[in-house]
Amino acid sequence: MSKTNNKWIGERTIRPDGADKVTGRASFAADTTMPGMVWGSVLRSPHPHANIVNIDTTKAASLPGVKAIVTSKDIVDFPLDTPAPLGIQDMRWMTRNIMAREKVLFHGHPVAAVAATSEEIATEACKLIEVTYEILPWVIELEEAIKPEAPILHNTIEFEGKPSNIAGTLEHKKGDVDAGFLKADTVIERSFTTRPVHQGYIEPHACLVSVAADGKATIWSSSQGQFMVRAMTSMLTGIQQSDIRAIPAEIGGGFGGKTIVYLEPIATVLAQKSGHPVKMVMSREDVMRATGPTSGSMSKVKIGAKKDGTIISVQGTFYLQAGCLPGSPIRGAAGCAFAPYNIPNVHSQGYDVVSNRSKVAAYRAPGAPIGAYAVESVLDEIAEAVGIDPLELRLKNAAREGTKTAHGPVYPRIGFAETLEAAIEHPHNKVTLGNFQGRGVASGFWFNAGGESSAQVNITEDGNVVVTTGHPDVGGSRASIANITAELLGIDYQRVSVLIGDTATIGYSNLTGGSRVLFASGIAVTNSTEKVIKTLRERAAIIWDIDPDAVIWEEGEARPAGPNAGMFEPLKLEELADRATETGGPIGAGAQLNTTGAEGGFATHMCDVEVDIELGIVRILRYTSFQDVGRAVHPSYVEGQMQGGVAQGIGWALNEEYIYNKDGIVDNPGFLDYRMPVCSDLPMLDTVMIEVPNPKHPQGVRGVGEVPLVPPLAAIRNAIYNALGIRFYSLPMSPPVVLEALEISQAAE
Amino acid sequence: MTNIQYLAPTTLDEAVNLYAAAAGSARILAGGTDLLVQLRSGMINPGIIVNVKKIKELNSIEQRADGSFIVGASVSGAQLAKHSSFGKTWPGVLEALNLIGSTQVQGRASLGGNLCNGSPAGDSIPALIAAEATLNIQGPNGNRQLAVKDVLSGPGRTNLSQDEIAVNFSFPPRPVGSGDAYLRMIPRTEMDIAVVGCGVNLTLENNICTSATVGLGAVAPVVLKVEAAAEALVGNKIEEESLERAAEACRAVCNPIDDKRGTIAYRTKVAGVLLKRAATIASQRAEGA
Amino acid sequence: MAKMHVSTNINGEPEEFLCEPNETMLDVLRDRLNLTGSKEGCGSGDCGACSIMLDDTLVCSCLMLGAEAEGANIKTIEGMADGLTLHPLQQKFLETAALQCGICTPGMLVAAKALLDENPEPTETEVRFWLAGNLCRCTGYDKIVRAVLDTAEEIRGKAQ
Repeated sequence: MSKTNNKWIGERTIRPDGADKVTGRASFAADTTMPGMVWGSVLRSPHPHANIVNIDTTKAASLPGVKAIVTSKDIVDFPLDTPAPLGIQDMRWMTRNIMAREKVLFHGHPVAAVAATSEEIATEACKLIEVTYEILPWVIELEEAIKPEAPILHNTIEFEGKPSNIAGTLEHKKGDVDAGFLKADTVIERSFTTRPVHQGYIEPHACLVSVAADGKATIWSSSQGQFMVRAMTSMLTGIQQSDIRAIPAEIGGGFGGKTIVYLEPIATVLAQKSGHPVKMVMSREDVMRATGPTSGSMSKVKIGAKKDGTIISVQGTFYLQAGCLPGSPIRGAAGCAFAPYNIPNVHSQGYDVVSNRSKVAAYRAPGAPIGAYAVESVLDEIAEAVGIDPLELRLKNAAREGTKTAHGPVYPRIGFAETLEAAIEHPHNKVTLGNFQGRGVASGFWFNAGGESSAQVNITEDGNVVVTTGHPDVGGSRASIANITAELLGIDYQRVSVLIGDTATIGYSNLTGGSRVLFASGIAVTNSTEKVIKTLRERAAIIWDIDPDAVIWEEGEARPAGPNAGMFEPLKLEELADRATETGGPIGAGAQLNTTGAEGGFATHMCDVEVDIELGIVRILRYTSFQDVGRAVHPSYVEGQMQGGVAQGIGWALNEEYIYNKDGIVDNPGFLDYRMPVCSDLPMLDTVMIEVPNPKHPQGVRGVGEVPLVPPLAAIRNAIYNALGIRFYSLPMSPPVVLEALEISQAAE
Repeated sequence: MTNIQYLAPTTLDEAVNLYAAAAGSARILAGGTDLLVQLRSGMINPGIIVNVKKIKELNSIEQRADGSFIVGASVSGAQLAKHSSFGKTWPGVLEALNLIGSTQVQGRASLGGNLCNGSPAGDSIPALIAAEATLNIQGPNGNRQLAVKDVLSGPGRTNLSQDEIAVNFSFPPRPVGSGDAYLRMIPRTEMDIAVVGCGVNLTLENNICTSATVGLGAVAPVVLKVEAAAEALVGNKIEEESLERAAEACRAVCNPIDDKRGTIAYRTKVAGVLLKRAATIASQRAEGA
Repeated sequence: MAKMHVSTNINGEPEEFLCEPNETMLDVLRDRLNLTGSKEGCGSGDCGACSIMLDDTLVCSCLMLGAEAEGANIKTIEGMADGLTLHPLQQKFLETAALQCGICTPGMLVAAKALLDENPEPTETEVRFWLAGNLCRCTGYDKIVRAVLDTAEEIRGKAQ
């Protein structure tokens, strides 16, 4: 699809859901109410690790206003010895995550829940539930958790024949790294650590569940996937999927953290037991203590290069914290870390480590930022050792079409090299820097994904269009879908309405995540719209009594073509809609597909910092990100993804971290001391969208949402090196850390 | 279900009587930016909340003929910033108050609330101490004054008795050639609790410092008045040598804790850095005054 | 204590409600008055998603008791548009994609309007520091700040 011919693709249209969002009318999960609604509250573990000996709910049950109480007895069990996969999750862990079973595994772990006529009463009732614990020794930090003497969280998990906190491992190999290192002129090996960080969505998890007298459940929730909500709730409550209707409310941020359930199954059982709709809303503190952040990590990366800058051998070992149950994103760390480059010898290994903190959940390119932080930092050191500009080093070794990756695929046409070339040429790269200012660069990759998507495109009787898709909209995808539909039909954008269906009103659609929504729904919508266009041509053919092959669809109307060209006046969409019944019936079509062809996302970032060397404070002066976006169907929302990821990366690099006290309890469970960037912390975040269309997508779309979080950690770290001559090997690079390093370095001089 | 009471008296006497009658179970609601957070977290469980924002003495700003100011304890940062001359006379006190929290918090937060909440990191307190402000207090037995430096008795605790209310602050008249400034160190640019806060107030005559007061916060159980730092400045020009000695005096009095906001070592270093910077600004303002 | 009876004015209309003494204004707006446009992101005054105007002053409604609304003029996001005519800030946010998930948007708009009402010609720095109490996790603030600056210019242009 040629850029220059597009009317709507590439246009900055106004999103269809926007008016409600700017007037406060948009309905998020916590905004929903129902008559007879009661409130649910969760009792959480006061211990980081303990066996549950007994739970006595009698006192709580007799508090006036209490309508139901739930413990793990009311949730379906999945025995620890039998894997129970659902997508990338395992229900053995999910059931224990939403409510502790044999033991509590982190401070804040749900132990029971109460539904009552007010939030206050529900909370009060929770305090009356008496739980007898047998306290166990606990471990949180990675380094401690992998030691042989560490307290073991799960006796059923073994590594190398013994019970262990190492719950899994993953490996990618290509070539022979040891032989490769021998051939290298420069070899640099470094170790890195990162602290766990939270996705930081502003909207806490919330849901409202109503169970009817016939047992059918309706769930409104803040989630990245209503089909996931339905499936998990079904598995955890035993209600069959066709009796659960999961409706996605507008979602106030997710970034991966809402790709699993916390409240919905509990609220469903409370609704069953109480006979009332049950609303549950997490507090910010609950979110920080008990929902999945991403992993802290320990990594070691070794890179060998020839003196002309060719990277010949790379090795990476990545330990990631899973939290209390297995499932850290080692796939992202080990798979993406070296993926931007064409390297003959690669060995990358990930280790999934459990410890007594909340189970991690996906966070924007899960695992990849951790891997890239280490690799892109060492690349900077290689560039210096070899005497090559860091961008030129990356360009020299850039993966291109035909590069075979260590994680498996061979790349088709990709635009990574273009991001490097754009960075090299960009005016940002020429800005003169002052004292204690520095510039850093880094690149990154994320897999992206395709997966299942369903869509329905229906023509209204008055000749306009209603599109229903299946993925919650986190970043403006409805606008992009409308752009695509308007473009394909050749009609004005305003005539297209885009809605997100629920599990009852649209076909199966996989999660919003993996940078896949526009990719996958774009294919499903294109497929549906093309079927609609075919129908419209057929209807015109019936009216004109000619062969449908002799009808074309252009600019919103059917036109006779070929031998019949010019013989009939074109029939507009409105006219065909008006005559739908007489020509065969309603006009509409749908698609339910498993989409493939999603190719990875690549980006290069350039960052300038300034350091207050007396206080150790790092400020971002300017930031430009360069990304191959395939095709920017709606440029504003693509830019938005790039800018959002950068902002999260800045927070992760400089100030965000989970702080634990000596009792294994999160000490900063709120926005005051979990320090995310505020408006005054950031400069404008410039973006350069490079469009190398994805050959496997009808509009050339590549997923864009996740790769923006992959490069910033190293870009900032490299910029600080350029400013101060100090290399940091741990995150966050917060003021006390920077100041101490400055003093050590000054003392050494 | 709740037993808590809310009252909004319109006179000071009414407020004092209510507060005293509650025998320690009442809490003052000025801006509520600390109170409501503590209520929600369960940190406090008062029987009565007394809203003092309808009481004239706590909510007015008065400039007297001799140049002194009386500022109500419950006047918000936003209100104080709008006053036509307070900020020109006491830019350091105003900027200290205005640094607390966000614009939204500024719409409510007050000098009285910040002081009586008793956090050693309270932003306004080092500047109030440097200004040598006095707190006027009212109890059932009459009124009394306390220098701000004598109000705090420990983290979260004040020397007000359980039946006394803070009414307003008296700021002394400013000699010509005076300037004050407040700086704090926070990791972000806004929204953080001060890791260290430093208020400096000084008077210059012919470029020589003739008087100085230094307040230092978040480095000890209470906000400190650092006499030795002031002494290092008085009688000298404000330049590197005197500033370094004053900075050293600040570092020497630091007795902070290690917590999620800062380490002992870091806070101590920063105290010296902020002293120098705040004193420099105060001195520039004094030259212009 | 029994519930308090409060008489106030919300978005230009007289309003009455009952509330517990320790109930916040945010809880009153959302749970008693069905004005769910103001959001709870943190409940502790650190995110600004609950921003409202209290007698022409920008405040967090989670840091204010419902009882304090007695006799006051409250303005929420629901009162920003004039019927179906959006305020220029709301329109600009839509046109320039200054929102993604939209959860921070009501608070951000109320705060931005308060800025422009007080300072019709803010600099970028002034906008950023004014909005520091409104957390956004989606946008990185870039398009929000541009939208506020552009709207300010537009409003000044119309005024001339």
